Amino acid sequence: MKYLISLVVGMVVGAAAFLALLYYNPMTSQNKLSPLSVSDNKVITYNYSAVATDALVFTNDGKSTVAPYPSKVQQLWEPTVRLTDTMATVLRDSRNQPVAIGIKFSSRSESTRILNGEAIIDSAWHIYAPGQGSLFVEQRENYWGYLREIVVPAYRSSGDSWRGNWNGIITSGPGALGTARVIGGSGEFADLETDGVESLSAKAYSVKHGPVAVDGTLAVELPAPISDPTPDP
Amino acid sequence: MFKTFIVGILLGVAVAAAALHYFPAVNQSREQSLIIVHPNRGNSETFHVNIPMDRVMTGAPSQKEPLPVGLEWPVDPRFADTRAELFKIRNGKDAVVGVASRIAANDVSSGEIVEWVLHLPARGSAYVIMQAEPLEDGYRTGNLAAGTREFSPLVGRVSEQWVADTSGAEDAPVGRIELTTAFVARKVEEE
Repeated sequence: MKYLISLVVGMVVGAAAFLALLYYNPMTSQNKLSPLSVSDNKVITYNYSAVATDALVFTNDGKSTVAPYPSKVQQLWEPTVRLTDTMATVLRDSRNQPVAIGIKFSSRSESTRILNGEAIIDSAWHIYAPGQGSLFVEQRENYWGYLREIVVPAYRSSGDSWRGNWNGIITSGPGALGTARVIGGSGEFADLETDGVESLSAKAYSVKHGPVAVDGTLAVELPAPISDPTPDP
Repeated sequence: MFKTFIVGILLGVAVAAAALHYFPAVNQSREQSLIIVHPNRGNSETFHVNIPMDRVMTGAPSQKEPLPVGLEWPVDPRFADTRAELFKIRNGKDAVVGVASRIAANDVSSGEIVEWVLHLPARGSAYVIMQAEPLEDGYRTGNLAAGTREFSPLVGRVSEQWVADTSGAEDAPVGRIELTTAFVARKVEEE
Protein backbone atom coordinates (compact mmCIF):
# COMPACT_ATOMS: atom_id res chain seq x y z
CA MET A 1 0.00 0.00 0.00
CA LYS A 2 2.78 2.42 0.93
CA TYR A 3 4.37 1.78 -2.48
CA LEU A 4 1.13 2.68 -4.22
CA ILE A 5 0.81 5.88 -2.18
CA SER A 6 4.44 6.68 -2.93
CA LEU A 7 3.84 6.14 -6.67
CA VAL A 8 0.70 8.32 -6.70
CA VAL A 9 2.39 11.13 -4.73
CA GLY A 10 5.37 10.87 -7.09
CA MET A 11 3.06 11.17 -10.11
CA VAL A 12 1.36 14.25 -8.67
CA VAL A 13 4.74 15.84 -7.91
CA GLY A 14 6.01 14.94 -11.41
CA ALA A 15 2.95 16.37 -13.17
CA ALA A 16 3.11 19.54 -11.06
CA ALA A 17 6.83 19.94 -11.77
CA PHE A 18 6.19 19.51 -15.48
CA LEU A 19 3.42 22.11 -15.51
CA ALA A 20 5.60 24.51 -13.49
CA LEU A 21 8.40 24.01 -16.04
CA LEU A 22 5.97 24.84 -18.84
CA TYR A 23 4.70 27.91 -17.03
CA TYR A 24 8.13 29.32 -16.22
CA ASN A 25 9.78 28.24 -19.48
CA PRO A 26 11.72 31.33 -20.64
CA MET A 27 11.81 29.96 -24.20
CA THR A 28 8.11 30.72 -24.60
CA SER A 29 8.24 34.38 -23.63
CA GLN A 30 6.17 36.84 -25.66
CA ASN A 31 7.72 38.80 -28.51
CA LYS A 32 7.85 42.47 -27.50
CA LEU A 33 9.37 43.91 -30.67
CA SER A 34 7.13 44.49 -33.67
CA PRO A 35 8.51 43.25 -37.01
CA LEU A 36 7.09 46.49 -38.48
CA SER A 37 9.36 48.62 -36.27
CA VAL A 38 12.22 48.07 -38.71
CA SER A 39 10.12 48.83 -41.79
CA ASP A 40 10.95 51.85 -43.95
CA ASN A 41 7.36 52.01 -45.13
CA LYS A 42 4.58 54.12 -43.69
CA VAL A 43 2.73 52.38 -40.86
CA ILE A 44 -0.79 53.39 -39.89
CA THR A 45 -2.07 52.53 -36.45
CA TYR A 46 -5.57 51.94 -35.20
CA ASN A 47 -6.01 52.12 -31.43
CA TYR A 48 -8.91 50.72 -29.43
CA SER A 49 -9.85 49.84 -25.91
CA ALA A 50 -9.90 46.08 -25.33
CA VAL A 51 -12.34 46.51 -22.43
CA ALA A 52 -15.74 45.11 -23.40
CA THR A 53 -17.72 48.02 -21.96
CA ASP A 54 -15.75 50.48 -24.11
CA ALA A 55 -16.79 48.70 -27.31
CA LEU A 56 -19.91 49.43 -29.33
CA VAL A 57 -20.86 45.78 -28.98
CA PHE A 58 -19.10 42.81 -27.42
CA THR A 59 -20.65 39.38 -27.37
CA ASN A 60 -19.67 35.82 -26.56
CA ASP A 61 -21.32 32.70 -25.11
CA GLY A 62 -22.45 34.67 -22.05
CA LYS A 63 -20.68 32.32 -19.65
CA SER A 64 -17.14 33.67 -19.99
CA THR A 65 -15.39 36.00 -17.57
CA VAL A 66 -16.05 38.98 -19.82
CA ALA A 67 -19.77 39.73 -19.91
CA PRO A 68 -21.44 40.70 -23.22
CA TYR A 69 -22.02 44.41 -23.73
CA PRO A 70 -24.61 45.98 -23.91
CA SER A 71 -26.21 43.48 -21.56
CA LYS A 72 -29.12 42.77 -23.91
CA VAL A 73 -26.97 41.89 -26.91
CA GLN A 74 -27.65 38.50 -28.44
CA GLN A 75 -25.23 35.87 -27.13
CA LEU A 76 -23.30 33.34 -29.20
CA TRP A 77 -24.49 30.27 -27.31
CA GLU A 78 -24.83 27.84 -30.23
CA PRO A 79 -22.22 25.02 -30.16
CA THR A 80 -20.50 26.15 -33.36
CA VAL A 81 -19.94 29.73 -32.16
CA ARG A 82 -19.68 29.37 -28.39
CA LEU A 83 -15.86 29.55 -28.52
CA THR A 84 -16.03 32.80 -30.46
CA ASP A 85 -16.00 36.43 -29.29
CA THR A 86 -17.25 39.22 -31.52
CA MET A 87 -16.53 42.88 -30.96
CA ALA A 88 -17.50 46.01 -32.85
CA THR A 89 -15.57 49.07 -31.82
CA VAL A 90 -14.44 52.53 -32.84
CA LEU A 91 -10.81 52.61 -33.95
CA ARG A 92 -8.80 55.77 -33.23
CA ASP A 93 -5.69 57.18 -34.82
CA SER A 94 -2.52 58.23 -32.98
CA ARG A 95 -4.17 61.58 -32.12
CA ASN A 96 -7.07 59.73 -30.49
CA GLN A 97 -9.51 60.79 -33.21
CA PRO A 98 -12.14 58.23 -34.26
CA VAL A 99 -11.22 57.15 -37.79
CA ALA A 100 -12.75 53.75 -38.38
CA ILE A 101 -15.27 51.14 -37.36
CA GLY A 102 -13.65 47.79 -36.65
CA ILE A 103 -15.34 44.44 -36.20
CA LYS A 104 -13.25 41.64 -34.76
CA PHE A 105 -14.07 37.94 -34.71
CA SER A 106 -11.90 35.88 -32.36
CA SER A 107 -12.21 32.10 -32.13
CA ARG A 108 -10.23 29.77 -29.94
CA SER A 109 -8.03 27.77 -32.27
CA GLU A 110 -7.57 24.04 -32.52
CA SER A 111 -3.91 24.73 -33.25
CA THR A 112 -3.43 25.66 -29.56
CA ARG A 113 -0.43 23.75 -28.18
CA ILE A 114 0.14 24.33 -24.47
CA LEU A 115 3.32 22.24 -24.71
CA ASN A 116 4.81 24.82 -27.08
CA GLY A 117 3.52 27.83 -25.16
CA GLU A 118 0.86 28.54 -27.79
CA ALA A 119 -2.61 29.66 -26.66
CA ILE A 120 -3.89 30.47 -30.11
CA ILE A 121 -6.83 32.58 -31.23
CA ASP A 122 -7.78 32.73 -34.91
CA SER A 123 -9.07 36.20 -35.55
CA ALA A 124 -10.30 38.38 -38.38
CA TRP A 125 -10.82 42.14 -38.47
CA HIS A 126 -13.28 43.84 -40.80
CA ILE A 127 -12.40 47.53 -40.83
CA TYR A 128 -13.98 50.48 -42.57
CA ALA A 129 -12.30 53.89 -42.35
CA PRO A 130 -14.42 56.61 -43.99
CA GLY A 131 -12.30 58.58 -46.44
CA GLN A 132 -9.65 55.86 -46.53
CA GLY A 133 -11.25 52.55 -47.38
CA SER A 134 -11.82 49.07 -46.02
CA LEU A 135 -9.49 46.37 -44.78
CA PHE A 136 -9.62 42.72 -43.89
CA VAL A 137 -7.03 41.46 -41.43
CA GLU A 138 -6.38 37.78 -40.87
CA GLN A 139 -4.23 36.77 -37.96
CA ARG A 140 -3.22 34.05 -35.59
CA GLU A 141 -2.80 35.45 -32.09
CA ASN A 142 -0.83 33.89 -29.26
CA TYR A 143 -2.14 34.80 -25.81
CA TRP A 144 0.32 32.64 -23.86
CA GLY A 145 2.31 35.62 -22.57
CA TYR A 146 -0.90 37.47 -21.67
CA LEU A 147 -2.22 34.43 -19.78
CA ARG A 148 1.09 33.77 -18.05
CA GLU A 149 1.92 37.31 -17.05
CA ILE A 150 -1.52 38.79 -16.39
CA VAL A 151 -4.36 36.29 -16.06
CA VAL A 152 -2.63 33.64 -13.92
CA PRO A 153 -1.05 36.23 -11.57
CA ALA A 154 -4.52 37.81 -11.19
CA TYR A 155 -5.97 34.44 -10.10
CA ARG A 156 -3.05 33.92 -7.71
CA SER A 157 -3.41 37.38 -6.23
CA SER A 158 -5.32 37.68 -2.95
CA GLY A 159 -7.20 40.64 -4.42
CA ASP A 160 -8.26 38.62 -7.46
CA SER A 161 -6.76 41.25 -9.72
CA TRP A 162 -3.57 42.25 -11.49
CA ARG A 163 -2.08 45.73 -11.86
CA GLY A 164 1.07 46.68 -13.66
CA ASN A 165 2.43 47.55 -17.08
CA TRP A 166 2.46 44.86 -19.71
CA ASN A 167 3.09 45.37 -23.39
CA GLY A 168 3.14 42.51 -25.84
CA ILE A 169 2.71 41.60 -29.47
CA ILE A 170 -0.14 39.12 -29.77
CA THR A 171 0.03 38.55 -33.52
CA SER A 172 2.00 35.40 -34.29
CA GLY A 173 1.05 34.69 -37.88
CA PRO A 174 0.28 33.68 -40.56
CA GLY A 175 3.15 35.79 -42.00
CA ALA A 176 6.65 34.33 -41.91
CA LEU A 177 7.83 37.06 -39.52
CA GLY A 178 4.84 36.56 -37.25
CA THR A 179 2.76 39.23 -38.95
CA ALA A 180 -0.91 39.37 -39.84
CA ARG A 181 -2.11 39.28 -43.45
CA VAL A 182 -3.88 42.49 -44.45
CA ILE A 183 -6.06 42.73 -47.56
CA GLY A 184 -7.41 46.05 -48.82
CA GLY A 185 -10.95 46.20 -50.09
CA SER A 186 -11.80 49.70 -51.25
CA GLY A 187 -10.67 53.32 -51.49
CA GLU A 188 -6.98 53.98 -50.87
CA PHE A 189 -6.60 50.41 -49.69
CA ALA A 190 -8.04 48.74 -52.80
CA ASP A 191 -5.86 45.84 -54.03
CA LEU A 192 -3.53 46.29 -51.05
CA GLU A 193 -1.85 43.17 -49.69
CA THR A 194 0.44 43.83 -46.79
CA ASP A 195 1.38 42.98 -43.20
CA GLY A 196 -0.01 44.02 -39.86
CA VAL A 197 0.76 43.54 -36.18
CA GLU A 198 -1.57 43.77 -33.21
CA SER A 199 -0.33 44.47 -29.73
CA LEU A 200 -1.85 44.89 -26.29
CA SER A 201 -0.94 47.26 -23.50
CA ALA A 202 -2.40 46.14 -20.18
CA LYS A 203 -2.56 48.02 -16.91
CA ALA A 204 -5.27 46.23 -14.94
CA TYR A 205 -7.11 42.89 -15.03
CA SER A 206 -9.81 41.56 -12.77
CA VAL A 207 -10.72 37.90 -12.25
CA LYS A 208 -14.37 38.90 -11.98
CA HIS A 209 -14.63 41.26 -14.97
CA GLY A 210 -11.67 40.39 -17.21
CA PRO A 211 -9.67 43.25 -18.77
CA VAL A 212 -10.18 46.50 -16.82
CA ALA A 213 -7.55 48.73 -18.44
CA VAL A 214 -6.24 47.16 -21.63
CA ASP A 215 -5.62 48.97 -24.91
CA GLY A 216 -5.02 47.40 -28.27
CA THR A 217 -3.13 48.71 -31.28
CA LEU A 218 -3.35 47.38 -34.80
CA ALA A 219 -0.47 48.54 -36.98
CA VAL A 220 -0.72 48.16 -40.75
CA GLU A 221 2.24 48.65 -43.05
CA LEU A 222 1.51 50.62 -46.22
CA PRO A 223 4.00 49.68 -48.92
CA ALA A 224 5.54 52.64 -50.73
CA PRO A 225 4.17 53.09 -54.25
CA ILE A 226 6.44 51.62 -56.90
CA SER A 227 8.00 54.56 -58.72
CA ASP A 228 9.22 54.40 -62.31
CA PRO A 229 12.99 54.17 -62.48
CA THR A 230 14.66 57.40 -63.53
CA PRO A 231 15.97 56.94 -67.08
CA ASP A 232 19.70 57.35 -67.62
CA PRO A 233 20.57 60.75 -69.08
CA MET B 1 9.90 3.22 -1.49
CA PHE B 2 12.08 6.16 -2.57
CA LYS B 3 12.68 4.41 -5.90
CA THR B 4 8.91 4.08 -6.35
CA PHE B 5 8.53 7.79 -5.65
CA ILE B 6 11.14 8.62 -8.33
CA VAL B 7 9.37 6.31 -10.81
CA GLY B 8 6.13 8.10 -9.91
CA ILE B 9 7.68 11.49 -10.70
CA LEU B 10 8.89 10.29 -14.09
CA LEU B 11 5.51 8.71 -14.76
CA GLY B 12 3.76 11.95 -13.76
CA VAL B 13 5.92 13.96 -16.17
CA ALA B 14 5.22 11.47 -18.96
CA VAL B 15 1.47 11.39 -18.32
CA ALA B 16 1.22 15.20 -18.18
CA ALA B 17 3.22 15.59 -21.40
CA ALA B 18 1.20 12.90 -23.17
CA ALA B 19 -2.10 14.40 -22.02
CA LEU B 20 -1.14 17.87 -23.28
CA HIS B 21 0.10 16.41 -26.55
CA TYR B 22 -2.78 14.06 -27.38
CA PHE B 23 -5.83 15.77 -25.88
CA PRO B 24 -6.82 18.87 -27.83
CA ALA B 25 -7.06 22.02 -25.71
CA VAL B 26 -9.73 23.35 -28.06
CA ASN B 27 -12.31 21.34 -29.95
CA GLN B 28 -14.56 23.40 -32.19
CA SER B 29 -18.03 22.03 -32.80
CA ARG B 30 -18.76 21.38 -36.47
CA GLU B 31 -21.79 21.17 -38.68
CA GLN B 32 -21.71 19.24 -41.91
CA SER B 33 -20.76 21.40 -44.91
CA LEU B 34 -23.76 21.28 -47.26
CA ILE B 35 -22.09 21.84 -50.61
CA ILE B 36 -24.05 21.16 -53.80
CA VAL B 37 -22.11 20.01 -56.84
CA HIS B 38 -23.75 21.22 -60.06
CA PRO B 39 -23.29 19.37 -63.35
CA ASN B 40 -20.62 21.30 -65.25
CA ARG B 41 -21.16 24.39 -63.10
CA GLY B 42 -18.83 23.91 -60.16
CA ASN B 43 -20.30 23.80 -56.67
CA SER B 44 -22.19 26.08 -54.37
CA GLU B 45 -23.02 26.43 -50.70
CA THR B 46 -25.87 28.47 -49.31
CA PHE B 47 -25.91 30.29 -45.99
CA HIS B 48 -28.72 32.41 -44.66
CA VAL B 49 -29.58 34.90 -41.95
CA ASN B 50 -33.05 34.78 -40.44
CA ILE B 51 -34.36 38.31 -39.89
CA PRO B 52 -34.85 39.53 -37.22
CA MET B 53 -33.75 36.69 -34.93
CA ASP B 54 -30.17 36.37 -36.23
CA ARG B 55 -29.43 40.06 -36.19
CA VAL B 56 -26.88 40.81 -33.44
CA MET B 57 -26.14 44.46 -34.17
CA THR B 58 -27.32 47.18 -36.49
CA GLY B 59 -24.97 50.10 -36.24
CA ALA B 60 -26.18 53.17 -38.08
CA PRO B 61 -26.68 56.82 -37.20
CA SER B 62 -29.96 58.22 -35.83
CA GLN B 63 -31.73 54.92 -35.13
CA LYS B 64 -34.97 55.17 -33.19
CA GLU B 65 -34.56 51.68 -31.75
CA PRO B 66 -30.87 50.74 -31.74
CA LEU B 67 -29.97 47.07 -31.85
CA PRO B 68 -28.89 45.86 -29.39
CA VAL B 69 -30.70 48.04 -26.89
CA GLY B 70 -28.09 50.33 -25.35
CA LEU B 71 -25.90 50.57 -28.44
CA GLU B 72 -24.36 54.03 -28.69
CA TRP B 73 -23.34 54.58 -32.30
CA PRO B 74 -20.63 57.26 -32.64
CA VAL B 75 -22.08 60.68 -33.43
CA ASP B 76 -19.00 61.72 -35.41
CA PRO B 77 -20.22 62.98 -38.83
CA ARG B 78 -17.64 60.87 -40.64
CA PHE B 79 -19.72 57.79 -39.77
CA ALA B 80 -22.94 59.35 -41.06
CA ASP B 81 -23.01 57.16 -44.20
CA THR B 82 -21.79 53.97 -42.52
CA ARG B 83 -23.98 51.04 -41.64
CA ALA B 84 -22.35 48.10 -39.89
CA GLU B 85 -24.30 44.96 -39.07
CA LEU B 86 -23.55 41.74 -37.25
CA PHE B 87 -25.43 38.51 -37.83
CA LYS B 88 -25.41 34.86 -36.98
CA ILE B 89 -25.28 32.80 -40.16
CA ARG B 90 -26.96 29.46 -40.74
CA ASN B 91 -26.40 26.58 -43.13
CA GLY B 92 -28.99 24.81 -45.31
CA LYS B 93 -30.23 22.82 -42.28
CA ASP B 94 -30.97 26.08 -40.42
CA ALA B 95 -28.16 25.44 -37.91
CA VAL B 96 -26.00 28.36 -36.82
CA VAL B 97 -22.51 27.81 -38.25
CA GLY B 98 -20.87 31.19 -37.76
CA VAL B 99 -21.11 34.94 -37.47
CA ALA B 100 -20.87 37.59 -40.14
CA SER B 101 -20.39 41.30 -40.53
CA ARG B 102 -21.85 43.43 -43.29
CA ILE B 103 -20.64 46.96 -43.87
CA ALA B 104 -22.43 49.27 -46.28
CA ALA B 105 -21.00 52.75 -46.68
CA ASN B 106 -20.52 55.64 -49.01
CA ASP B 107 -17.66 58.14 -49.11
CA VAL B 108 -15.55 60.12 -51.54
CA SER B 109 -12.59 57.73 -51.37
CA SER B 110 -14.36 54.39 -51.72
CA GLY B 111 -17.65 55.37 -53.34
CA GLU B 112 -20.53 53.12 -52.38
CA ILE B 113 -19.42 49.83 -50.87
CA VAL B 114 -21.08 46.69 -49.57
CA GLU B 115 -18.85 44.09 -47.93
CA TRP B 116 -19.26 40.90 -45.96
CA VAL B 117 -16.95 38.95 -43.70
CA LEU B 118 -18.25 35.45 -43.01
CA HIS B 119 -16.53 33.90 -40.00
CA LEU B 120 -17.05 30.17 -39.52
CA PRO B 121 -14.95 29.25 -36.45
CA ALA B 122 -14.27 25.66 -37.49
CA ARG B 123 -13.52 26.52 -41.12
CA GLY B 124 -12.12 30.03 -41.51
CA SER B 125 -13.21 33.45 -42.73
CA ALA B 126 -14.23 34.78 -46.12
CA TYR B 127 -13.96 38.44 -47.13
CA VAL B 128 -16.46 39.25 -49.83
CA ILE B 129 -16.71 42.52 -51.75
CA MET B 130 -20.14 42.98 -53.32
CA GLN B 131 -21.22 45.18 -56.18
CA ALA B 132 -22.82 48.25 -54.68
CA GLU B 133 -25.74 48.31 -57.11
CA PRO B 134 -28.13 45.35 -56.90
CA LEU B 135 -29.13 43.61 -60.14
CA GLU B 136 -32.63 44.04 -61.55
CA ASP B 137 -33.97 40.83 -60.04
CA GLY B 138 -32.96 41.88 -56.52
CA TYR B 139 -29.67 39.99 -56.38
CA ARG B 140 -26.39 41.58 -55.44
CA THR B 141 -23.28 39.71 -56.51
CA GLY B 142 -19.70 39.94 -55.40
CA ASN B 143 -16.31 38.26 -55.31
CA LEU B 144 -14.33 36.46 -52.67
CA ALA B 145 -11.49 38.94 -52.09
CA ALA B 146 -9.63 36.90 -49.47
CA GLY B 147 -10.09 33.86 -47.32
CA THR B 148 -8.46 32.21 -44.36
CA ARG B 149 -7.82 28.52 -43.61
CA GLU B 150 -10.39 26.50 -45.61
CA PHE B 151 -11.26 29.53 -47.77
CA SER B 152 -7.63 30.52 -48.33
CA PRO B 153 -7.01 28.63 -51.60
CA LEU B 154 -10.40 29.51 -53.08
CA VAL B 155 -11.70 32.08 -55.53
CA GLY B 156 -15.26 32.62 -56.65
CA ARG B 157 -18.46 34.53 -56.41
CA VAL B 158 -21.11 35.20 -53.81
CA SER B 159 -24.67 36.38 -54.30
CA GLU B 160 -26.85 38.12 -51.72
CA GLN B 161 -30.62 38.14 -51.91
CA TRP B 162 -33.47 39.13 -49.65
CA VAL B 163 -36.13 36.40 -49.52
CA ALA B 164 -39.37 37.38 -47.81
CA ASP B 165 -41.12 34.69 -45.77
CA THR B 166 -44.33 33.42 -47.32
CA SER B 167 -45.07 30.57 -44.93
CA GLY B 168 -47.36 32.66 -42.73
CA ALA B 169 -46.28 30.62 -39.69
CA GLU B 170 -46.52 32.42 -36.34
CA ASP B 171 -42.88 32.01 -35.33
CA ALA B 172 -41.51 32.40 -38.85
CA PRO B 173 -38.94 35.09 -39.57
CA VAL B 174 -39.92 38.15 -41.60
CA GLY B 175 -37.56 36.90 -44.23
CA ARG B 176 -33.98 35.92 -44.76
CA ILE B 177 -30.82 37.15 -46.36
CA GLU B 178 -29.57 34.35 -48.55
CA LEU B 179 -25.87 34.16 -49.35
CA THR B 180 -24.90 31.67 -52.03
CA THR B 181 -21.21 31.01 -52.49
CA ALA B 182 -19.70 29.44 -55.61
CA PHE B 183 -16.04 28.82 -54.87
CA VAL B 184 -13.41 26.81 -56.70
CA ALA B 185 -9.73 26.24 -55.96
CA ARG B 186 -7.49 29.02 -57.30
CA LYS B 187 -5.44 26.41 -59.21
CA VAL B 188 -8.51 25.11 -61.06
CA GLU B 189 -9.53 28.66 -61.95
CA GLU B 190 -6.08 29.41 -63.39
CA GLU B 191 -6.12 26.28 -65.55
